[in-house]
Amino acid sequence: MAVRVVTDPGPLETPVVTSRRGIAGTVGRGLSRNRKAMAGLGLFGFFLVVAILAPVVAPYDPQSLQFDQMLQPSRAHLLGTTGTGQDIFSQLVFGTRESLLIAVAAGLGATLISVIVGVSAAYLGGFSDHVLNLFTDVFLVLPTLPLMIIVGTYLNNRGLAVLIGVIVITGWSYGARQLRSQALSLRNREFLEAARARGERSLYIIVFEVLPNMTSLIVAIFFGAALYAVLAAAGLQFIGLGDPNSLSWGTMLYWAQANGALLAGSPVWVLAPGLCIAALGAAFALINYAFDEIGNPALRPVKRRQ
Amino acid sequence: MTIADLPARPRDASPVELLRTVGLTKHFRLGGFLSRRYLHAVDDIDLTIHEDEIVALVGESGSGKSTIARLIARVYKPTSGDILHRGRSLSGLRSRREVLGYRGRVPMVFQDPYGSLSPVYRVSHGIMRALRLHRPDLSARGRRDEAERLLDSVGLQPAPDFLGKYPYQLSGGQRQRIGFAQALACRPELILADEPVSMLDVSVRIGILNLMASLRRRERISFLYITHDIASARYVADRLVVMYAGHVAESGPVEDVLAHPKHPYTQLLLSAVPDPRAPISVPATAVVQEPPRVVDPGEGCRFRARCPYAVDECSRVTPRLRPLRPDHLAACHVATSDLESAQMDKDAKASGR
Amino acid sequence: MITATTTQPLLQVKDLCVDYLTERGPVRAVDRVSLEVAKGEFLGIVGESGCGKSTLLFAIARLLSTPAEISSGEVWFGGRDMVSMDEEEMRHLRWRDYSVVMQSAMNALNPVMTIEEQLGDAIHAHLRLPHRKLAARSAELLRVVGIDPVHLHSYPHQLSGGMRQRAMIAMALALTPDLVIMDEPTSALDVVAQRSLMVKIKQLQREFGFACVFVTHDMSLVSHFSDRLAVMYAGQVVEIGATRQVFTDPKHPYTVGLMKSFPSISGPLLPLTGIAGGPPDLARPPSGCRFHPRCPRAFERCPGEEPDLYAREQDLVRCFLFDT
Repeated sequence: MAVRVVTDPGPLETPVVTSRRGIAGTVGRGLSRNRKAMAGLGLFGFFLVVAILAPVVAPYDPQSLQFDQMLQPSRAHLLGTTGTGQDIFSQLVFGTRESLLIAVAAGLGATLISVIVGVSAAYLGGFSDHVLNLFTDVFLVLPTLPLMIIVGTYLNNRGLAVLIGVIVITGWSYGARQLRSQALSLRNREFLEAARARGERSLYIIVFEVLPNMTSLIVAIFFGAALYAVLAAAGLQFIGLGDPNSLSWGTMLYWAQANGALLAGSPVWVLAPGLCIAALGAAFALINYAFDEIGNPALRPVKRRQ
Repeated sequence: MTIADLPARPRDASPVELLRTVGLTKHFRLGGFLSRRYLHAVDDIDLTIHEDEIVALVGESGSGKSTIARLIARVYKPTSGDILHRGRSLSGLRSRREVLGYRGRVPMVFQDPYGSLSPVYRVSHGIMRALRLHRPDLSARGRRDEAERLLDSVGLQPAPDFLGKYPYQLSGGQRQRIGFAQALACRPELILADEPVSMLDVSVRIGILNLMASLRRRERISFLYITHDIASARYVADRLVVMYAGHVAESGPVEDVLAHPKHPYTQLLLSAVPDPRAPISVPATAVVQEPPRVVDPGEGCRFRARCPYAVDECSRVTPRLRPLRPDHLAACHVATSDLESAQMDKDAKASGR
Repeated sequence: MITATTTQPLLQVKDLCVDYLTERGPVRAVDRVSLEVAKGEFLGIVGESGCGKSTLLFAIARLLSTPAEISSGEVWFGGRDMVSMDEEEMRHLRWRDYSVVMQSAMNALNPVMTIEEQLGDAIHAHLRLPHRKLAARSAELLRVVGIDPVHLHSYPHQLSGGMRQRAMIAMALALTPDLVIMDEPTSALDVVAQRSLMVKIKQLQREFGFACVFVTHDMSLVSHFSDRLAVMYAGQVVEIGATRQVFTDPKHPYTVGLMKSFPSISGPLLPLTGIAGGPPDLARPPSGCRFHPRCPRAFERCPGEEPDLYAREQDLVRCFLFDT
């Protein structure tokens, strides 16, 4: 037992509230001071606005087949047209909606399962912990792409829900490990003992005392899962396992491939959705890094004043 | 209206026993499922706390003092032995309401001011939750008023200002006061204070110790004050219980134990305490060993390896607490009571030495 | 080995200032601290949290890392200014001429190396010795601090807390330096182990003749062991003088308040008051004398001007009450 006079709590992974507006204020301030976070949030915000205002931003109906096929980019068609005569730019704009939806929904789903499995494992302990860990490890080790292909192939329904489901199933295990670690480290903190000692129920303690202290990690995991979802969805749709009739960046890539866009001299058809996927992924990655830096001061860039 | 004006529980004229442990024992299993090694955190503890009393439980790390607090607070379940609250065994508490009632009467204050408050909520959170759970008679408005009253009573004024603050805005001493306020919210009889000042600056400790003393005087709340610092125990406590390696070594009125320490460990402890006002004393004999980690010990006194007076019996028979002076007990084969010392002197004189 | 003349002090700190670079500007953790340590002298530095004593220690040993840095002042050790030396020059001094004992041995000792390997490492970095002599030296060092040399083959986790601290001290003495700097080496130990370790340190100091700068928050600990005592508050030295003098006749109101914060185990039981309030926020220190908001004897001059160190009976006190 080190009986030391404590001067400051030292570096913590959990968010120590340092703002008068509580935890939201602390995280908010941490983000606004961090360049990576602002860049990532800005990019994400940009896509969000485009998705919401799609009918306003896109010049034409994306499904409309009225235009000439395989046109080069021009003033009328900023990014040219597809092999079936659809305006690529309009497709890109409307495709933002589905791509964002997949990213956020799959991200949330995977995060939810990670939290439930990870935190339960830490709190139930003993045999349940072992079982849940085994479960997590199995999913962690499964090769995701082959699994996704197999599941996607076997299920005849190719809808959005299935796609999101497949991504969630393959994506939750990574976060669960991290959450379990942090929940374990929190378990013996005195304020949790204090909560138990005053008679709180276990479920209350987990939901209202433990989880709020894991906010940074949970949000970071969400963005990590969203990043994974963007890339996984694009991959699945590209190889044709999504619904080819839906409109998203991944399906655009599929059709571009199917029509031999690169060979036919329309590289824009491939590049445009590809860059958007990369950009959205980068946005999530930047925010993810930012949360690492907020949580661990040692990772922050050192500012020097003259 | 302050907390002192609330209707007090009926009190008897003679000191009532609030809490008593009988042969309290806690062992922790070391290793995995198949291990048979046990850590003997505490063995066979008999401890009594009365109304209107501050009992100091003193010992070094590994002595088991924190374990006792957690056993009494029902954080751990005893391996054997019993804890009686006003004569009623704790194992008899069945319904959630009964358990909650006990938790309210015997709450705990923790050691680490930086860990005992959740960093994501305002400091009023713990107090409000405690009031919700233990004072269902209060309305929302009533809870808020009571919270302010509690902060006043622990010296955090102006109370409305403090209620809205986050832990990072308070100093260590202020956070500990919040901890006391949380404990007081339940209208306790006995507060288990686990090293409440060890992590605070020296100049701040006295304030908290004075707070404990005044709560005892004003609200008639008893304290079990757990500490490794004998000087602060003397300052605030009525009775002193000294623990070593999971056993009670000595117990009695604090001034009596300090003036007439009977157990060799108590004597060692007292000689090692630095006292700046005392003249430069003879340094203690260089005892390099540390208190043992008690894994599967056998019979015998656990202090014998470091004891300058150990005899044969000490390794065979575990000493039991016996009275050596009025109200003053020690668990040692070699220690003599005043009566026995007097007899020995008489015999020595008689044999012409 | 650096030898100081009898007139020149071994260590001289002159107006040392240490700043922490924060987002909101530099925060001064150590403010114009000056002190001297003579050869073989035991200087205790006491203070509570936030007073800057550990920062001062790290600054003297040139162990500060960003965002902390020495912004001005000098540290003269054996005739050379350590502040202006580069890493290569410092390396020659480290361990040979001065060494450092950290607060928590469990953090400072490598958990995957035996004690022998670590001692050997420390010696080997600065002195080439044939293997047998190295082993003999290591065993001797352990014996000197009171550890059975059989523990040379132990890992840190196999030793008790007190023994680990002693091992740290053995490492610090490996090259018989002139100055040993200790940052609360006993705070993780229990009372009995603390006492025996202090006795051992004092004994070693007499035997080897090294000077010792000992930082602690527990005044009573150094009361019987240090020759001189410096009391720090809010980054400044507020009182410095012979230990017995400071204890029996404390002058600065803060020192007086500190003395009154220690309950005694013998003598009459007196009610104590401690010191009201708390240490100031160093980013926004009080104007004038930093202690004035908490001082029971503050008067009109105190918030306005900053007091210097005034001499009184061989002590130095940073308080206008002693400005004659």
